[in-house]
Amino acid sequence: MAAIEMSKDIRGRRQDKWNEFWQRLKASRTPWLYIAPAGFAMLLVTLFPYIFQIWMALTDYRVKNLRFNLLDSASWAKYAPPFVGLQNFVKILTNRLAIENYDFWRLLLFNVTWTVSNVFFHVVLGVIIALALNSKGLIGRRIYRALFVLPWAMPGYVAALTWRNMYDDRFGAINQLLGIVNHYLGTSFPTNTRWFVVTQPPIGGPLGFLPLAFYCVLLANVWLGWPFMSVVATGALQAIPKELYEAASIDGASGWQQLWKITIPLIRPAMVPAIMLGTIWTFNQFNVIFFISQGNPFGRTEILITQSYKLVSEQRLYGAAAAFAIVVFAILLLFTLINNRITRATEAYYA
Amino acid sequence: MPKQWKAILKQLALQLFLLTVTLVVLFPILWIFSLALDPRNIDKPLSLTLIPPGASLAAFRRVLLEPWKLLCKNPNDPATCMTFPLLLKNSLLVAMGTSLLAVALGSSAAYAFSRFQFIGRQAGMLGFIVLIMLPTTGLLAPLYVLLSQIKLGNEPLRATLFGLVIAYSSGFLPFAVWNLKGYFDTVPKELEEAALIDGATIFQTFLRVILPLSVPALAVTVLNSFMAGWTEFILAWTFLENPSRFTLAMALRSMQGQFATPWSDFAAMSIVMSIPIVLLFFALQRYLVSGLTIGGVKG
Repeated sequence: MAAIEMSKDIRGRRQDKWNEFWQRLKASRTPWLYIAPAGFAMLLVTLFPYIFQIWMALTDYRVKNLRFNLLDSASWAKYAPPFVGLQNFVKILTNRLAIENYDFWRLLLFNVTWTVSNVFFHVVLGVIIALALNSKGLIGRRIYRALFVLPWAMPGYVAALTWRNMYDDRFGAINQLLGIVNHYLGTSFPTNTRWFVVTQPPIGGPLGFLPLAFYCVLLANVWLGWPFMSVVATGALQAIPKELYEAASIDGASGWQQLWKITIPLIRPAMVPAIMLGTIWTFNQFNVIFFISQGNPFGRTEILITQSYKLVSEQRLYGAAAAFAIVVFAILLLFTLINNRITRATEAYYA
Repeated sequence: MPKQWKAILKQLALQLFLLTVTLVVLFPILWIFSLALDPRNIDKPLSLTLIPPGASLAAFRRVLLEPWKLLCKNPNDPATCMTFPLLLKNSLLVAMGTSLLAVALGSSAAYAFSRFQFIGRQAGMLGFIVLIMLPTTGLLAPLYVLLSQIKLGNEPLRATLFGLVIAYSSGFLPFAVWNLKGYFDTVPKELEEAALIDGATIFQTFLRVILPLSVPALAVTVLNSFMAGWTEFILAWTFLENPSRFTLAMALRSMQGQFATPWSDFAAMSIVMSIPIVLLFFALQRYLVSGLTIGGVKG
C-alpha cells in the first residue's frame, strides 16, 4: 500500500515539475515574440556568417572559392575550399604566415599595450574633464559641453585621415606647430620628424618596443576617445546626491577626501561597463591604425585587426583571415570573462 | 572675502584648463577648415594659417555642384555620374533606415529582456554581449556570400541599399539592446502595472508607457545608429555594384587616390559630411548624458 502511495507521489511530483516547466515555457512565448525580429536579423546577418567564418577558418579559402555556393550543389565539387583543419591557427600562432614583419606575439603585446594605454588616458582625461565641467558656478559650461563632443561626432575615418595629414613630415600641422613653438620660445625641436619612419624608440628600457609612431597614434586616438568616457562620467556624476557632499563638508572632509571617498567610488559602477566596452572598441580600433600609421615602421604599430584585414586585402587569404578573427574574439572573450569576475568580486565589497 | 577670492581663483584655473582642452580639441578641426579653404588643392599647406592665402569656397562648390567623375555608370558620359544630391539621398536612406530598424528591433528585444523572466533570458543576453566582441572585418566574406544568395526582385540583396541597412542595423543591435535594456530597467514597474489594471495590453504598455519614458536612451540609439549608417564605407564599397546607389561616405573614400588626394575637396567633403552628424549631436545632446546606460548591467 505504502509503496503504491509513494510511487504515486513521485509521479505526481514529476507531473508538477513538468507542468511548471510547461507553464514557464508558455510564459516565455510573449518575450520571445518581442525578441524574434532582432533575433532573426542577428541570426541572418551576424550569427550565420560567424558560423560560416568558423568553417572558413578550417579551410584554405582563397579567391576562387568565393564562387562556392552553399545552396548550389553543382558548385561544391568545383569550388569547395580544401579542408585543412587547424592549420590556419597553427600558422598564425607560429608566425608562418606569408606577410612581411609578421610576429603574432609581438602583435599581441603591442595590441594589449595599445588598448591599456588608450583606455587609461580616455578614462583619466574623461573623468577629470567631466569633473571640471561639473564644478559649481562654471562659466560657459554649455559651450564647452557642445565643443567637447566634436571629436566623437566627427566620422572616424575623416578624423583619422586628418591626423594622418597633420603628421606629414614636411608640411604637416604638427611639424609646423613645432616650428612656431621654436620661433617664439627659442626651443629647438626638430621640425622635419618623419613620425612613422623613425625606428629609434623615444623611451628606452622596457618600453623600447614602442616606436615614435605609437605615441602619434596614441595621441590621435586619445583625442578621439575621451569624449565618450567624459559623457558617461558626467551622467554618473550628476546622479550623485548633493547631500553626500554637504554631509562630508560638515564632517570636515577636504575636497580631495571627498573626491576619493565619495565621487570615485560612486561613479565606478557606471565606469566599469564603459571601460569594458571601450576596451573592446579600442582593441579593434581599425581606422586609427590603418589610416594613420599604416602599421609603420616595419609593422611595429600593427594591431591584430589591421593585420587580419591585410591578409584579405593583400594576400587574399580568406581562410587565414577568418582564423585570425576567431583568435581575436577568443582573446576578447577571455578578457571579458576575467574582467567580469574581478569587477563582480569587487562589487560585493560595496554591497 | 577670502572665500570669494578662492572662488575666482578656482574659476580662473578651470577656465585655463578647459580653454587648453578646447584648443587641442579644435586644432585638427581648424586644420581641416583651413585645408578646405585653400585654393591650391594641395595636401601640404606651406604655412600654418587659419585662412590660407587666396582662400575661397571653390572646393565646396566643386563638391556640391559638380558631377563626381569617379562615380559614373559610364565613365565617358558625365550625365551618368553621381551628383551630390543623389549621394545625399542614398546616404539619408541608408542612415535613416539603419536607425529606424535598430530602434524598432532593439527596443522590442530590450523590452523583453528587461521586463520578463523566461527560459533562455540569461543565454540571450550573454549572446548579445558576445556579439559585440566579434570583430567585423572578418565577416565581410561570409556576409557577401550569404547576402548574394538572397534575391530581392531580380538582384541580390547584397547589392541593394536595403541589404546595407540590414547589415548595419544588426551590427549595431547588440549595443542598442544592452543600452536600451539598461534604461528600461530604470523605468518603475508600477506605471505599467497601473496601465495593465486599467485594461491595457502588454504591447500597449510597451508603446505608450515604456517608450515615451525612455526618450533619452532611444535618442542615443538613433544617434549612434544613424552615425554608423552615415559613415560606413568598407562594407558598402565591397557590396554595392551600381554607382547610382553609392553613398556620401563612399564618395569621400573614392577621393583617397592611390597617388594624390585632392585635399581641399576632400576636406570640404569631410566638413559637409560631418555637419548633419554634428547637428544631430547638438540636438540630442541633452539626452546623451542620461541615455547612455551601459552602467545598467545588473541582471
